[in-house]
Amino acid sequence: MPQIEISGLYKTFKVARRSAGLKQAAKSLFCRKYDKVEALKDVSFTVDTGEIVGYIGPNGAGKSTTIKTMSGILVPDRGQCVIMGRIPWKERIDHVRSIGVVFGQRTQLWWDVPVIDSYELLRDIYRIPNRDYSNNLDLLISTLELQNIINTPVRQLSLGQRMRCELAASLLHNPKILFLDEPTIGLDAESKIAIRQFIKTINREKNVTVILTTHDMSDIEALANRILLIGRGRILYDGNLDDLRSRFSNQKTININFRGNGFPIDNTIVGIPGVNIVSCSQEKLILRVDGNGSALADVISRLSNIVDIVDVSIESQPIDELILKLYREYAV
Amino acid sequence: MKLYFKYMSILLKAQMQYRFSFWLLSFGQLFLPLSVFAGVYFLFERFGNIKGWNFFEVALCFGVINMAFSITECFVRGFDLFSNLVVSGDFDRILLRPRSTFIQVLGSQFEFTRVGRLLQSIMVLVWAATNLSIKWTLFKVITLILMVISGIFIFTGIFILAATLCFWTIQGLEVANIFTYGGKEMAQYPLSIYKKWIARFFTFIIPFGCVNYLPLMYILDKAHQNEYLYMLTPLMGIVFIVPCLVIWEIGVKRYRSTGS
Repeated sequence: MPQIEISGLYKTFKVARRSAGLKQAAKSLFCRKYDKVEALKDVSFTVDTGEIVGYIGPNGAGKSTTIKTMSGILVPDRGQCVIMGRIPWKERIDHVRSIGVVFGQRTQLWWDVPVIDSYELLRDIYRIPNRDYSNNLDLLISTLELQNIINTPVRQLSLGQRMRCELAASLLHNPKILFLDEPTIGLDAESKIAIRQFIKTINREKNVTVILTTHDMSDIEALANRILLIGRGRILYDGNLDDLRSRFSNQKTININFRGNGFPIDNTIVGIPGVNIVSCSQEKLILRVDGNGSALADVISRLSNIVDIVDVSIESQPIDELILKLYREYAV
Repeated sequence: MKLYFKYMSILLKAQMQYRFSFWLLSFGQLFLPLSVFAGVYFLFERFGNIKGWNFFEVALCFGVINMAFSITECFVRGFDLFSNLVVSGDFDRILLRPRSTFIQVLGSQFEFTRVGRLLQSIMVLVWAATNLSIKWTLFKVITLILMVISGIFIFTGIFILAATLCFWTIQGLEVANIFTYGGKEMAQYPLSIYKKWIARFFTFIIPFGCVNYLPLMYILDKAHQNEYLYMLTPLMGIVFIVPCLVIWEIGVKRYRSTGS
C-alpha cells in the first residue's frame, strides 16, 4: 500500500474582491463580493515510502494548498487523502508527529536564543525520548556540520547555516515523510550542494520520503527521481525526468570549436533535417539539433571534411526551458 | 503544564538578550498606571466618595483588577498578539506541531515587563487593605485571592475572544480593545456606580461584576444576607473561560477550512 494516497482532491477558496476608490471601499464594508478560486481540481496521486518527489508548478498553481492538505493544516472540500493510514486533518496531532516540514522562507526556530535551546524545546513539544533525541542530535550535528553554530542565536546565522539548522530541527523526531518547501531559496552554491547532499543521505539511510517543492530546477535534477507537475489545480504530469525530456523535447545544443580556413561553412550543413544554426563565427559554431543522433553524426562528418575540429560539446536542453515549454503547452 | 514552563524559560532567555530594554520597560510599566491611580486619588480628594464608595474601597477594587490584568498581559500575551501569528503565517507552524493550539499560542509570547505593573497594583492593594476599617478573616483573604484569579480568567477569556476574531478579519481588531482595555477601565470601579444596563452587561455577559462589585460587598461587610453567595461569585468568573475556549475551537476549525 502506498504511503501517501490522494484521490479526487478539490479545494475552492473565497477571495474577497477589492475595488479601487473610497466609495467602493466603504461599500465593501457592508456587502463584499467574493471571487471563487479553484485551488485544487481533482488532484490524485500516490507516493511510496522512500521516494523523492519533486512537486513543481508556477506560482498559484496549487502546490502549497496540496502541501497544506497533506500536512493536516487545511481541510479540503472534497476528496480523499490517506497518509500512513491516517486522514491528516482528522487526526492532526498523531499525523504531524510523523512528518517534518521545512519552509524555506520561514523559520521554525526561536529567533533570539541559541539553536540548541530551540531543539530542546522541540524535544519537549514532540515528547521525543531522551535517548532517541541525543542519538538523532549527534547524527544531525555531524552530518550537517552544526557543531560550531549550535550555540549561536538564530538571528546571527547566515541563511545557509540557518537552513541546515532548520533541516535538523525538522528531523529530530524521526519523521517518515519530509515536506520541503523551497529549501534552497536564496542560498549560495556551496550551501545548496550541501543541503542536496544531506537530503539524499537521509533519504537513503533512513528511508524518509521527501516531497520537495521548488522553483530551482537544478534541485529537481539533483534530487528527484520523479516529478509531479501541477498547474491551475490539476496534475499535468507525473513521471520521471528522463521521460519528460524524451516526451517533450529531444533538443540538444552542440558547440563546435574548430580551426577555420575562411571557407564559409554554413552552406555545408544547411539542409540537414532537424539542424538549426544558432550562431556561427570563424572558430565557433553553435547548433540546435532535434531528434536522434544520426543528424549529429552527419553534421560532424561533413564538417570534418573541411575544417579541423578542436572540441565538441553537447548539452541537453536546460530543464528550466523544458518546464517553461510545458507550462506554455498547458497554458498555465 | 511542563511544556508551558519550557516555553516560558526560552522566551525569558530571549527577552534577557535585550536586558537594558527589559529593565527600562519594566520601570516604565511601574509608573504608567501610577498616573492613572493618581487620577483616582485626586478625584476622591475633590468629591469624597462616589455613590457611597470611599477612596480605599475603590483602591482595593483598582488593585485587584490591575493585578489580574497585569498577570494576564504577562502570561496570555500570545492571545493578545495573536493577529501577528496569523499574518506572519506562524499559526500554520503551530498546526504542524503535535500539541493543542491553546498551549502553543499561550506559549508563543510572554510579556515579563508587566512585572512592573504587577508590583504597582500589589502596592495599591496592600495600601488599600491596610487602610480600610475591616476585620480581615481567612474567608475574606480567600475571597480576595479568588477575585484576582477569577479576574485573570475573565481577561484571558476576553483575550481569547479577541484573538478568535482574527480568524474572520485582521482589520478592525481595535473593536476588541473596548472589551480588554475598556473592560479593565470600567472594572477598576465598583459596577454599582454605573448605569443599570452597563452594570448588567458586565455582570451577566462579561462577568466583571463577579470579580469586583459582588465579592467586594462581602469583603466590605456591605452584604447583609447570603454572604457566602457573594463570596463565591468569583467562581462564576472562572466559568466564563469555557465558552471562550469553545468559540476558539470553532475559529481554528474555520481557519483550517479557509486557510486564511
